[in-house]
Amino acid sequence: MSERTIAVWQGKVRIRVFSKGSGPALVFFHGPWGLHWDPFLDELARTFTVYAPEHPGTTPDAPDDVYHLDGLWDLVLCYDELLTALGLESAAFLGHSFGGMVASELAAAYPDRARRLALIAPLGFWRDSERVVNWMMLEPARMRAQVFRDPEGEAARRMFGSADDPDARVRLMWAMGTTGKFIWPIPDKGLKKRVHRITAPTLIVWGKEDRLVPPVYADEFTQRIPIARVQVVDGAGHAPHLEQPAAVARMVADFLKS
Amino acid sequence: MKISAFHLMPHRELPDDFEKRYESVWVTPPWWELADASRVGQYYNWTLDELLYAARAGFDGVCTNEHHQNAYGFMPSPNLMGGVLAKLTNGMDVAIVQMGATLPTSNPPIRVAEEYAMLDCISGGRLVAGLPLGSPMDVNLCYGITPMEHRERYREAFALTLKAWQAREIFAWNGHYYQLANVNLWPRPIQQPHPPVWVPGSGSVTTFDFAVDNEVCYCFLSYSGAKSATTMMQSYWDVVAKKGREPNPYRAGFLQLVAVAESDARAEEKFARHVEYFYHKCLHVPGIWFSPPGNQDYRSLVASSKNPVRRPENPKDLRYRDFVEKGYVIAGSPATVRDRIKQEVIKNLHVGNLMVLLQIGSMPHEIALENIDCFAREVLPDLRPIWEDEGWVNHWWPERLRAPRAASSGPGMAAARA
Repeated sequence: MSERTIAVWQGKVRIRVFSKGSGPALVFFHGPWGLHWDPFLDELARTFTVYAPEHPGTTPDAPDDVYHLDGLWDLVLCYDELLTALGLESAAFLGHSFGGMVASELAAAYPDRARRLALIAPLGFWRDSERVVNWMMLEPARMRAQVFRDPEGEAARRMFGSADDPDARVRLMWAMGTTGKFIWPIPDKGLKKRVHRITAPTLIVWGKEDRLVPPVYADEFTQRIPIARVQVVDGAGHAPHLEQPAAVARMVADFLKS
Repeated sequence: MKISAFHLMPHRELPDDFEKRYESVWVTPPWWELADASRVGQYYNWTLDELLYAARAGFDGVCTNEHHQNAYGFMPSPNLMGGVLAKLTNGMDVAIVQMGATLPTSNPPIRVAEEYAMLDCISGGRLVAGLPLGSPMDVNLCYGITPMEHRERYREAFALTLKAWQAREIFAWNGHYYQLANVNLWPRPIQQPHPPVWVPGSGSVTTFDFAVDNEVCYCFLSYSGAKSATTMMQSYWDVVAKKGREPNPYRAGFLQLVAVAESDARAEEKFARHVEYFYHKCLHVPGIWFSPPGNQDYRSLVASSKNPVRRPENPKDLRYRDFVEKGYVIAGSPATVRDRIKQEVIKNLHVGNLMVLLQIGSMPHEIALENIDCFAREVLPDLRPIWEDEGWVNHWWPERLRAPRAASSGPGMAAARA
């Protein structure tokens, strides 16, 4: 695996990008709890060249860069600049949760850049009757239980780190804060007005036991994206790619490489 | 010393099992199950009466504050209360201390500058302009402001407020969060160049810098007493020294819960359950809500993670005697209260602007008046001369009220109370 840090936005926003593998380009946008290179991404790197950028502010030594971005529009433009800097005219986009929303926005703003799109439990819509739980208001133990089917499992440990480790706590809080900047207090920032612009064939992946963003939200995406289908993953909550890495990597890779 | 009466305007009659039945006293307590508008009208009137009573009893100032969607203290508009107090204290040497209207939740924030200017005009120049950041529960959870933007919005609004009060010419504000093409405040405050500014804080290191850089009075609104505030206030004074400012005690304010009666035993009898109600019910809030992700900037987040200021004990496990022993509440006979406030709070923290909370939790109106009365007669006169011999000027107090307030007379108080 290699890493490099790319400065975009007039040099004011530094984004570290991990990459691994060979094959067609795949860009992974992580969720609100920070980027953790994991077995799921390793699996994808067997088929693709995986690029995994850190959302602005979550790159070590550049926590305050996020203050140069005022909203989602700025963030989307940053990622457009990042793709250019990586030399990627187009790529397969993959996103989890908040990263799924970012991938959708990018694919809607620049339809030609997204070859194919895979969204794992993406944010972006809101139903009063099925409210998305605001994880930023939950005590750590409750958040684990809301995000993971098995809050004591290896996947949860990897994402949230040890509760006693102050550095892990700082990273987690700051990752939630910096991503929360673009979605507080309700993660519906107008994607419904733009999502029709997506032309890439899209796979929606949802954990059957997602207690954070109910699986009914898959309908919002399939109804609005012209070419889209859903796959529900058994034995998983809001992070199916971490709780069922092999199965989700297979379905995502099969879809994105076709 | 300047000593002001602080009020939260709490719900005084929450059910005994409140903290077991409900998630939180803030943001989510169900109004329809817990409150009645007519009864709440009575609370507001009691609150105003208690503050007016304190004003007549000889306090130097009366304090109100802004909070939303809660049973802990629900004055969503402190300036409505301040308006009443300003009018009814005309002719008294009492400051109207707004602790105060919250800039990031006022849109545009010059609304606060306007209302404070109104209060200064109505009161004849007796306003202390508290400019709080606002609690995360109020600003982020109730009013929807993004936690990461909370401080930035505050700082921009703060600069706009100060400029709006003072500018001689109409100006345009092309800000990051606020754009106003013609700022021309009507009215302007009587106090020139602007009313004294107090900034309440809760120990964040970036707020120390902000307070000193902007020459405001830093106020620690604490519910855990002076003992646990010692280290934090020392850090504030270190910043004051590092930035080359003089250690004028009036640069600092502190809020202390106080309950005073004829004797220590009588104080326990009268106040124990109200103190326990306050700590067990009125502060019943999930910890994460005090600091949602992004609300602390990165530097403060790192500092507080490495060195958590949060008290190790859970107040829900403590009883009245613990609260008193630990100094969360200073309670007892006048002699006990006088000595502890003087040593633990005023001298130890080096504080010139003291606020005391005398209506605590479920405390009924009559008991609150007795507490105010006893404090005013038996405690306040002894505290007032502190710092006088050192010759500091309280730049953070309305100029016309800086001289020590004359002691109030007993009979007048009885009349006022009737």
